[in-house]
Parts: sequence; C-alpha cells; structure tokens
Amino acid sequence: MKKLIHSISAVPLLAATLLAVLPQTGITAGGGAELEHFTPVRTDRALQRGARTFVNYCQGCHTAEYQRYSRLAADIGISEIDMSANMIFTTDTEGKPTKVGSLMTNNMSSDYAKKAFGVVPPNLALVSRSRGVDWLYTYMKSFYLDESRPLGANNTVYPNVGMPHVLADLQGWHKPVYEDDGAGHSVLKGFQQVTAGTLSPDEYDSTISDLVSFLDYLGDPNREARHSLGIKVMLFLLLFLVLAILLKKEYWKDIPHN
Amino acid sequence: MSKVSDTMAWIDERIPLTATWNKHVGQYYAPKNFNFWYYFGSLALLVLVIQIVTGIFLTMNYKPDGDLAFKSVEYIMRDVNWGWLIRYMHSTGASMFFVVVYLHMMRAIMYGSYKKPRELLWIFGMLIYLVLMAEAFMGYLLPWGQMSYWGAQVIISLFGAIPFVGDAITLWLRGDYVVSDATLNRFFALHVIAMPLVLVGLVFVHIIALHEVGSNNPDGNDIKKVKGADGKPLDGIPFHPYYTVKDLVGVVVFLIIFFAIVFFAPEMGGYFLEHANYIPADPLKTPEHIAPVWYFTPFYAILRAMPDKLLGVMAMFAAIAVLFFLPWIDRNPVRSIRYRSAAYKFILAAFVIAFIVLGYYGMQPVTPMGTIISRLCAFIYFGFFVALFVISKNEKTKPVPERVTY
Repeated sequence: MKKLIHSISAVPLLAATLLAVLPQTGITAGGGAELEHFTPVRTDRALQRGARTFVNYCQGCHTAEYQRYSRLAADIGISEIDMSANMIFTTDTEGKPTKVGSLMTNNMSSDYAKKAFGVVPPNLALVSRSRGVDWLYTYMKSFYLDESRPLGANNTVYPNVGMPHVLADLQGWHKPVYEDDGAGHSVLKGFQQVTAGTLSPDEYDSTISDLVSFLDYLGDPNREARHSLGIKVMLFLLLFLVLAILLKKEYWKDIPHN
Repeated sequence: MSKVSDTMAWIDERIPLTATWNKHVGQYYAPKNFNFWYYFGSLALLVLVIQIVTGIFLTMNYKPDGDLAFKSVEYIMRDVNWGWLIRYMHSTGASMFFVVVYLHMMRAIMYGSYKKPRELLWIFGMLIYLVLMAEAFMGYLLPWGQMSYWGAQVIISLFGAIPFVGDAITLWLRGDYVVSDATLNRFFALHVIAMPLVLVGLVFVHIIALHEVGSNNPDGNDIKKVKGADGKPLDGIPFHPYYTVKDLVGVVVFLIIFFAIVFFAPEMGGYFLEHANYIPADPLKTPEHIAPVWYFTPFYAILRAMPDKLLGVMAMFAAIAVLFFLPWIDRNPVRSIRYRSAAYKFILAAFVIAFIVLGYYGMQPVTPMGTIISRLCAFIYFGFFVALFVISKNEKTKPVPERVTY
C-alpha cells in the first residue's frame, strides 16, 4: 500500500516537473525586439476601459468576430442597454444599429481594407492566444515615426508592419534610440519622445495595459469560470481519491503479501 | 429462487451473460503483484471513452467546411453551453491518450509482455497505436488553424517521396492539389466514423487476446504454472473486485491530472494546443516554423535527421514498423527486466533517452547541432533493436522465481 501511495503521489509531481523543465514553445514573435513581460488584469473596470479603447480605436479596422457584444456586456459588468448606447458604433446590412446579440464585426469591407492597408486587418478575437500578451503589450508601445513607410509609422517589434500608429494622438510620436553593443550590432536601447501626446507616458502605459488585458479577455473569456469550476472539481476528486484508497485497502486486506 | 436469479437464468439461457462476465471479469485471474505500470491499460480504455463521448458532442456543433470549421470551433468555445469544457476535454484527451499509451507500451517492453505466448496481443496493440496516430493526425486538421493546415500539408506531402506513384498517392489522400475543403471533409468522415470503429474493434480483439493468454506480471513468470487445490493460480486474484477497486484509484489519480490540465492549463504551454493554431488556416501563408504535436515529434525528428527525403520517410515508417517485430527481435525467453542482464538494461535506457531527446528536437526549428543530435539518437533508436537481437541470443540472465515477488 505504501508503495502504491508512493507511486501515485509521484505522478502529479512528475507531470509538474516535466512542465517546469520543458521550455515554453515559441509564440511566433517576428522582429526580434525584447518583449516586456505583461500580466493581464481581469477586473471589470480594467476590461471596461480596455473595451472602450478597443471599440473606439481598433474596431474601425479590426473585428473581434466570434465574440458577442451581449456576452461582453455580461462579462465586464455593464448592461446591454449601456452597451448598445455607448459601445456599438456599427450598423447591420439594413443600415440599422447592430444588435447587442451580434458578433463584434465592423463595417469596413475587405476590398477597401486591401486598398488602404494592402491586407485585411486581422480579427483580434484570438490574437492574445496566437501572439501572447507580452508581444501585444510591447508591440503597442513600439511604434515610431518613419517617413519612409506609407503610413508614416514603423514598429520595432513588427518591422514594416502595415498598421499605422492609431494611438499616436494619445502617445505622441517616438523615435527609437539605438546603441552599439560592442560587437558591431546596434541594439534598441529605448525610445525618445519627439512630440507630446494627450496622455502622459504613465497614462499611455495604463491605457495599453487595459487594452491588452481586454484582448486577453477576448482570447479566453471563460478563464475565470474555468478556474473556479476547476477548484471545485479538484476538491471533489481529492475526496473521491481518499474514499477510493480506503475501498481498495479494505478489499485487499485479505490478499496475503508474501 | 429470487426474481433476480430467475431473470439471470432466463438471460443466460439465451446469451452467455454470466459466463462472459466470469471469463473476463469475475473469474479472470490476474497476478496479484501488478505495480504502477499496470494502471495504463484501464486508463487507455477510460480515455477512449472520454474521446468518444466528448467527440459526439463536438460533432453536434462542429462544421466540416473550409469556411466554417474554424468559426464553428470558436462557436463551441464561446456560445455552446459547456462547449469549452467538452472541447478542452477532447483536446487534452488526445494528448493524454498518447501519454498513457506510451507508458503502457513501455510497460510491455520492460516486462517482456510481447513474448510468447503474447505476440498477437502485442501486434494488436501496435495496430491500435498505428490507428490512434492516424486518428489523432486527422483530428488535428479539423480545427482548421494554421498548424492544422500546414501540419497536414507537410505530412501528406511525405508520401510524395515514394518513387513513381508518390504524387498520385498524395493527390488521392488530399482529394485536391493542396489541402482543401475536400481534404477536411474526408478527414472528418475518417476521424468520426472509420477510425473510431476500427479502434474499438481492435481494442476488443486486444482484450480478448489478453484474456486468452492471461496477464503477464512484473516478474514475467507464468502464474498458471502454480495452481492451488481449487485449480486457481496461487498468485492470481479475481480481476473483480480486486483490480476494479485498485484501478479505480488509478482512474481518480488520472482524472486529477487530466482535469488539472483541462481547467488550469488546457494549452499546456503550447504543447497540447499550439499557439499558431489560433490563426485560421491560410493556404497562402506558410508559418515560419511547422511542428507536429508532441506525440509525433520523435518520428518527425527521425524524418528530419535523414539527409534525403525518401530516406527520411523510410526511416520514419521503419521506426514504427520495427516495433511490430519486437517479439522476434528479442530472442531471450526471460521476460522481465528484473532478471535480465546489465547490457539489456543499458540499451533499453539508451533507447528511452534517445526517444525522449528525439521528441524534443522534433519540436525545435532545425539547427546544425539539433540535426547532429537527432542523427545520433536515430542511430541509438535503431541500434537498440540490432543490439537487442544480438544480446538476447546468449544473454546471462538471473533465475526467474516460480512465484511472484513484489
């Protein structure tokens, strides 16, 4: 029995060690700039602010199809009426305001998008899962002034990206500062403010933090429900394990252990 | 007679219910010294049931259509009640299936469970493994993400390396010149009907074969040789209730691990659900790095280790095919590792390490160092079988006890 318990307890331990030892699989980063670590927040307030930035600045070009407004309203603690009145700016095919039960699409046709940007801006509903939040957070803070680009902006995380610096009004304009690393390579040291935006650097960081937290929510809206159910399931299974072990012991009492 | 035994008698006159129960459960005598390694057979059966049940519910909402597949998976994840739970159970189940099957196979190798008279049992097991790989590969295409699409593209194109008929075969497999809607539809049909049917059939035969010859045990001796006055093996105990209650403990431990993944780490850091698979399939955009899911990577590493495509494909298939011949490659009648030579233990350890290292390099982008290490490990992988054939002929073994030890 001791042996049994011993070998059983080894399993989760083994799994945990394995997971800790294995390297994290690569999220396609592209570019090669160092990513800042970001931990998303899941408070209603942060998500509401992130949603506001998203519908006002991002959703003109990007969609968040797969996600419904009504679900968003319920998850970030605002009413469907407030959602319809303040956060839905699009119309349906008949020209009426988009209904709250609809998916978060936009009104930009793909033909127009291709003419304007060369590509259709991607659906952002799952971008936090394919890119990761660290990438998104750093990317949103790495736009800089570059006259050589058609839309006047470039990005150190995603060089020659088709996207303009949509939040330039808020952040102002930046220029990258490079430094020689002694081996003949110039490495990005940081950014230098060229013109001021309407937000201070701290305020801009907090706007991006809320926005990326919102994107993280979009990618995985069930996470909180999953975790809270998970804890209950674990507690049930642990209790079940105790009973199962006692049952096994009871039956195996009569087996001689030579 | 009571109502219950009346009913049982009525049934038994018509179908052998009691006899079947006794043959396979109630009076099936299993060695009493099963250890940790003996949980994985019943666990594999459990995972099969989980996959079938969750698969049925997924099929109710999934759309096998190039334009709708990706969306329908997100619909399941967001709009279907408990859809996320069902889908994560299915995706976690796929990986856990391979975890338990690899451990189950490791057990069979360590304790020589493939040796006479269990050769067919082993071969049916290998067929299950083969069908399971096909099932997993086809299932992985269905979410229609970038990794689904390009993974399938790469694997199917491997058949193109076959001389003369290669291109015709790839065309026949895909039903198109590239992976497309036609491919998705046929993979869906094969994944939800054909492969599961074959799988369940093979599992049935696997169990029948097992119960015909009886279970091996960690000592590798034959418990049927030492019988008591009642004609029952002295070291055997009825499967029910002893192993049903013991396996129940294994099941609960397994479920704790399984649901810990489902609820707290369903992507498993990108190993169970790859990050790039959250981008819809795009035939015009090849991802920078295409890697199969972890359970295929040892064979993928063998493929890439070879300098030539045809050679690589042959090596990859040979790596699986050679396992079928294990009962005849290993010529030593002593089954269990406990009574075998140090040389055997050494080559087996090298084989396991090489397999794991290959699995690691199969996930990584190609590097010159990675290729050298993969080649070395592929050499060890195949070398194991050659060495085993040689060593096992005149191996110095320890005496195998009559009765089981622990």
